[in-house]
Amino acid sequence: MTDPYKALDYLAVDELYTEEERMVRDTIRSWVSERFMPVIEEHNRNATFPTDLIPELGELGVFGSSLEGYGCAGLSSVASGLICQELERGDSGLRSFVSVQGSLCMFPIHAYGSEEIKQKYLPKMATGELIGCFGLTEADFGSNPGGMLTKAVADGDDYILNGSKYWITNGSMAHVAIVWAQCEGTIKGFVIDTDTKGFQGRGIKNKFSLRASDTSELVLEDVRVPKGNMLDVEGLKGPLSCLTQARYGIAFGAIGAAQAAYDEACRYSQIRVQFDKPIARFQLVQNKLVWMANEITKAQLMCWRLGRMKEAGTMKHFHVSMAKRNSCWMALESCRLGRDILGANGITDEYQMMRHMCNLESVITYEGTHDIHGLIIGRELTGEDAIL
Amino acid sequence: MEIVVCIKRVPASDTTIKIAADGKSIDPAGVKYELNPYDEFAIEQALLIKEQLGAGSVTVVTIGSKDAQKELRDALARGADKAALLTTDQWISDGASTAAALATWIKSQSCDLVLCGRQAIDSDNNQLAPNLATHLGFACITEVNKLELADGKFTAERDIEGAREVVTCPTPAVLSCQKGLNEPRYPNLKGIMAAKKKPLEEAAAELPAAGLEVVSLALPPERAAGKILGDGADSVPALIDALRNEAKVL
Ligand SMILES: Cc1cc2nc3c(=O)[nH]c(=O)nc-3n(C[C@H](O)[C@H](O)[C@H](O)COP(=O)(O)OP(=O)(O)OC[C@H]3O[C@@H](n4cnc5c(N)ncnc54)[C@H](O)[C@@H]3O)c2cc1C
Repeated sequence: MTDPYKALDYLAVDELYTEEERMVRDTIRSWVSERFMPVIEEHNRNATFPTDLIPELGELGVFGSSLEGYGCAGLSSVASGLICQELERGDSGLRSFVSVQGSLCMFPIHAYGSEEIKQKYLPKMATGELIGCFGLTEADFGSNPGGMLTKAVADGDDYILNGSKYWITNGSMAHVAIVWAQCEGTIKGFVIDTDTKGFQGRGIKNKFSLRASDTSELVLEDVRVPKGNMLDVEGLKGPLSCLTQARYGIAFGAIGAAQAAYDEACRYSQIRVQFDKPIARFQLVQNKLVWMANEITKAQLMCWRLGRMKEAGTMKHFHVSMAKRNSCWMALESCRLGRDILGANGITDEYQMMRHMCNLESVITYEGTHDIHGLIIGRELTGEDAIL
Repeated sequence: MEIVVCIKRVPASDTTIKIAADGKSIDPAGVKYELNPYDEFAIEQALLIKEQLGAGSVTVVTIGSKDAQKELRDALARGADKAALLTTDQWISDGASTAAALATWIKSQSCDLVLCGRQAIDSDNNQLAPNLATHLGFACITEVNKLELADGKFTAERDIEGAREVVTCPTPAVLSCQKGLNEPRYPNLKGIMAAKKKPLEEAAAELPAAGLEVVSLALPPERAAGKILGDGADSVPALIDALRNEAKVL
């Protein structure tokens, strides 16, 4: 076996999942070990995404896995969370790809698209024949997307869009873009074929983070979109409802990255000898591993609970904020501790640690920064809004 | 074609094995199990044949504890149509008993082809296919690593010492599957969802009295630590010397 990965399950959280959920998780885990791990370092080095694996992901059914119908698998929320966890154990870029496709693109089409739009896009997105991207952020509007400048103006049976989006995952490789724009005094979403005249995706180069993921700028110059491609939702709650879905996946996903870090650090500490002892025998090293195991376990329980609330329909966006914030933070800290345990070896890409660590710098920032999620929780707790 | 695939739940190849207090069985505590890897080729082949013919059914069967439901569900998720669990709490070490109990059950089914892995990686008996074929009166080809089906006749290739043998046989047959036969598919997520709705019957395994008994079980001696002779091309002579004079493999 080339990939010796063993997932930590200190409190037998496994027993809280159904047999099917475990089966889904194990399937994705083996797929990542067998198909993705052998190629990720090379892709990370070259800053490319393994596009040849997209059909396999489609065949597995990971795109829009919790949606019903249109070729989607209709899994439980916990199962779809566990998919994210296993994908991100491989790389945050892989999980990002799947999150964007499912939570940010298929979800809004499924929730707010006309039947015609759903039929046109969803089955092909489920197989991965069509790739989506989600354009909300602009260069000058990140945490404050409501200030966006991109505009849609009605013109006969169409809308004409102008503006630009920045930091858009899958932006250059996408066939279809969900773009949010100021429109008639509110914010509206549009489903746009990326080969439409005036639409352009330009890759953002030289990233330290999420290298195996396409991050792009979208430029829209007089892009004509039929009215039927406008989503049936108004205001920021449209894009925010998508973000709630994606953040839910990230909360599970980041646990996977932390698990990879813990596994690598623990294994390394047992074989690395200094002062004639494996470094695992030093209390300070143990303490770091304990911190990681402790936080991973708490995050597993938090996400399991969140998943069951999502299934019961009681999950609110501010619940998701707590889990997204906690998971990203503890995963990033785990990688930093793990990097330390690996010593100098930890700075090369012979080990995964630093790849995960760098990736998580994006994951803790996108879909609402750590602090913005703190403020969402704070607003819920105190009734005082400190964001605006 | 009605196909039966015999599968087994075995300790995972990377799990740590401890011998139980009785000195002749393994301590199940903390052992992780998996579908016998060779059985994955058997399941895949059954699905490929069914897909090729566009008709027929694939039934997976195992003898084991209730826990083996997991491996059966795995096969259902990949695309098998139904499953049977022949229950026993015994740890069966006698390959002949396994074959007899499976044969009894298979005779109660309509079956043209039985597929199994070349061996189960826990007991390594390599007995099931020929034993089953004898009970059933079916043709038997073991360790198949290439298989074609045309006009109701199988053409199988198998590696034998220094050569590749090509054999044919008609149905009904028992074939044991070797690595390389095919590329087993992953169960997809829709398959996993569908699996819970597929029939999984349970019946007590009709095991005859065992003819064999395990007398003792011991772990292999621990391997001596490896030796690093150096780094880079300069150390090649030392490596050759060690391989020739210490390990005596050159
Ligand atoms: C790799 C990557 C992929 C991405 N993919 C996508 C995508 O597919 N689609 C998309 O639309 N966007 C995407 N984004 C954009 C991402 O969502 C934004 O970067 C994020 O929302 C933060 O916005 P910003 O970068 O403009 O930071 P800013 O909003 O400028 O924040 C900078 C700092 O100020 C703090 N801050 C801001 N406002 C407040 C406040 N009110 N109170 C306290 N502190 C505050 C923040 O917490 C942060 O520390 C991606 C980003 C990255 C890095």
